[in-house]
Amino acid sequence: MTFGEAGSALALAALALLSIIVAAKAYTPEYAFHAYLFAAASVAAVFAIINRYYERPAALPPQTINGKPNYNMGPVKFATIASVIWGVAGFTIGLLIAAQLAFPWLNFDTSWFSFGRMRPLHTSAVIFAFGGNVLIASSFYVVQRTCRARLVGDIAPWFVVLGYNFFIVIAGTGYLLGITQGKEYAEPEWYADLFLTIVWVTYLLVYLGTVMRRKEPHIYVANWFYLGFILAIAVLHLGNNPAVPVSLFSPKSYILWSGVQDALVQWWYGHNAVGFLLTVPFLAIMYYFIPKRAERPVYSYRLSIVHFWSLVFMYIWAGPHHLHYTALPDWAQTLGMVFSVMLWMPSWGGMINGLMTLSGAWDKLRTDPVLRLMVVSIAFYGMATFEGPLMSVKAVNSLSHYTDWTIGHVHAGALGWVAYISFGTIYCLVPWLWNKKGLYSIKAVSWHFWISTLGIVLYISSMWVAGILQGLMWRAYTSLGFLEYSFIETVEAMHPFYIIRALGGALFVVGSLIMAWNIWKTITTAEAVEEEALPAQPVLVAAE
Amino acid sequence: MSIWSRHKIFETNSIILVLGVLFVISIGGLVEIVPLFYLKSTIEKAEGVRPYTPLELAGRNIYVREGCYNCHSQMIRPLRDEVERYGHYSLAAESMYDRPFQWGSKRTGPDLARVGNKYSDDWHRDHLKDPRAVVPGSIMPSYPWLEKNELDLSAIREDMKVQALLGVPYSEEMLKNAESDARIQAAADDPNSIDLAKRYPNAQSRNFDGNPQKVTEADALIAYLQMLGTQIDFKLYDNKANVR
Repeated sequence: MTFGEAGSALALAALALLSIIVAAKAYTPEYAFHAYLFAAASVAAVFAIINRYYERPAALPPQTINGKPNYNMGPVKFATIASVIWGVAGFTIGLLIAAQLAFPWLNFDTSWFSFGRMRPLHTSAVIFAFGGNVLIASSFYVVQRTCRARLVGDIAPWFVVLGYNFFIVIAGTGYLLGITQGKEYAEPEWYADLFLTIVWVTYLLVYLGTVMRRKEPHIYVANWFYLGFILAIAVLHLGNNPAVPVSLFSPKSYILWSGVQDALVQWWYGHNAVGFLLTVPFLAIMYYFIPKRAERPVYSYRLSIVHFWSLVFMYIWAGPHHLHYTALPDWAQTLGMVFSVMLWMPSWGGMINGLMTLSGAWDKLRTDPVLRLMVVSIAFYGMATFEGPLMSVKAVNSLSHYTDWTIGHVHAGALGWVAYISFGTIYCLVPWLWNKKGLYSIKAVSWHFWISTLGIVLYISSMWVAGILQGLMWRAYTSLGFLEYSFIETVEAMHPFYIIRALGGALFVVGSLIMAWNIWKTITTAEAVEEEALPAQPVLVAAE
Repeated sequence: MSIWSRHKIFETNSIILVLGVLFVISIGGLVEIVPLFYLKSTIEKAEGVRPYTPLELAGRNIYVREGCYNCHSQMIRPLRDEVERYGHYSLAAESMYDRPFQWGSKRTGPDLARVGNKYSDDWHRDHLKDPRAVVPGSIMPSYPWLEKNELDLSAIREDMKVQALLGVPYSEEMLKNAESDARIQAAADDPNSIDLAKRYPNAQSRNFDGNPQKVTEADALIAYLQMLGTQIDFKLYDNKANVR
């Protein structure tokens, strides 16, 4: 048995024991349920490690076979499938909560089904479960291919993938049971946060170790972005979540920061969850998958350098634009606004670098709907990164803040940019990973694209109108100088737009179901590539 | 050697790349966040702001648990319409004991920073149970379980101890009486409420949910809602001075 196998089995056995003790003494049944989940998962993991030890050949998998790197694609496959499942689930929950806002009886008067608990479930499912799995899958794929090296570690890559998905289960079930920190996009409680920290540090070590093992002298540009993402998310997670638990046996904790300090730390985190989770690593995807799919080199190497450092530097400053006109000091608000406006430039620099990569290959948009998804995602990225700086201007923000305009803006980025480039990635990865000649149905990808695009258009246009209308109604005065509308009148005015939005969401869900079916058929029935026919692996190297 | 070739050091050395990224992402956060722990405007104390009573704290934890912050802000901006609609704009000092802060980011429902004493307890009870019974156009979910669930006060003292550890001025006496204070505050005309009011000035004690049989989650949540924004006497403030 290797040191890694023995060590992880022992650590997990200890975790199982601790979980059982916690379960026995837990203050609340909800927390006991989580402790039992931890115990069951750790026991299953110990069993899997021991079982694998007896099943596997005596020697560990070699680094290379016949001079070619022996890539470790198991964890990549798992995360790819997980992302499809979480995606469909997350979009469906989004559709449900959108419908709840139009028809409140859909809350069904049950605690775990009510909007306040379901909405964090939706945001976590799409951002961390769907997006996170796409990132883990694609980063583990790209780092191996661009470094021409097998992933570092034997158990570790599997621990990252399985541990991360277990964290999602704990987080999501926790919200439904009422276990939450009450900080947006950082809702998981202290024990889930601790567990995620361990998973994330392992992720960093596996990733960095693989980069260090590279056969290429240069680190390819996509890896800079992935590395920036992994590091920044670690810093943000640790900065935003330091909390003192009430007891080892209580799920409740109190955060170290309070009031205005907590507010800024939270939005420093919150905005950079957008910056470093929903932007930076998806740009890594752009820098690998678009050149690969378009069969063109990255447009400009120099632009990618400027893009990387300016984006990473500026994003971190933008958080205060979530707190305009609040009790946060004015200078911090202004600083946040100025950097948000400046952020427009690196964002569009990156957009140009991605779009111009298609120079000489634009005709492929007609024939390849996968490439079309990815190119349209960059267009949405450009749109959202123009709208963002606009909304961060204090005068605009005084109207847009607290309204559905923000929701529309977020979804232009989340559906148009993040989800579309993720769909493109999944459509690329699945045939590569399962050695298929191509997708089961290219036509279905086209259907997915058009149905979803219609959905996005309905979604964001209805939210623009709703948000601006709401903002204007709140500040409308009669000729006698009284506020014209009561609050409830502004709520009632939203009703038709909430229905249109839900319709848009429904189309997006339909699109994702088409994808899930297509992926399923590709894996199970699509024609396999013959071994000899495998093309020599072209490696993307940063141009000098 | 062109400036571009100097970038080679980051591209060929992963540890230098890591250090470079960490350095670059640290600057913005440090410049913006650290001063907030020292500036007068963000750490000033305002007269009247006191720590939450045990019952209010329990109510606040229910507010967090149910995710009320997803639809309700607690941050009134210094804009004419907001000040007229909701009351005096919010001060940093008013959320100094808030862990976590609940300023919110969306107003699907109205701001709650000054909802305290705006509606009767009965209104809140009926509204939480079935919002459309009192506001026909409301899209808020119903929370019928709040008035049924008995409030769990078994760990409230530990909760307050942790808060005290983090700097909230809960005295030994407050900690000792945590659970009984919560029950006193939720009872109508309890003679001990005078002691409670000594420990927590202006604490409102009464049977909030109209059910004298037990202390429920609705008692705690309504007690919390009824104190929101009531601590500072704004007659002493010039509420037009900072309107922008």
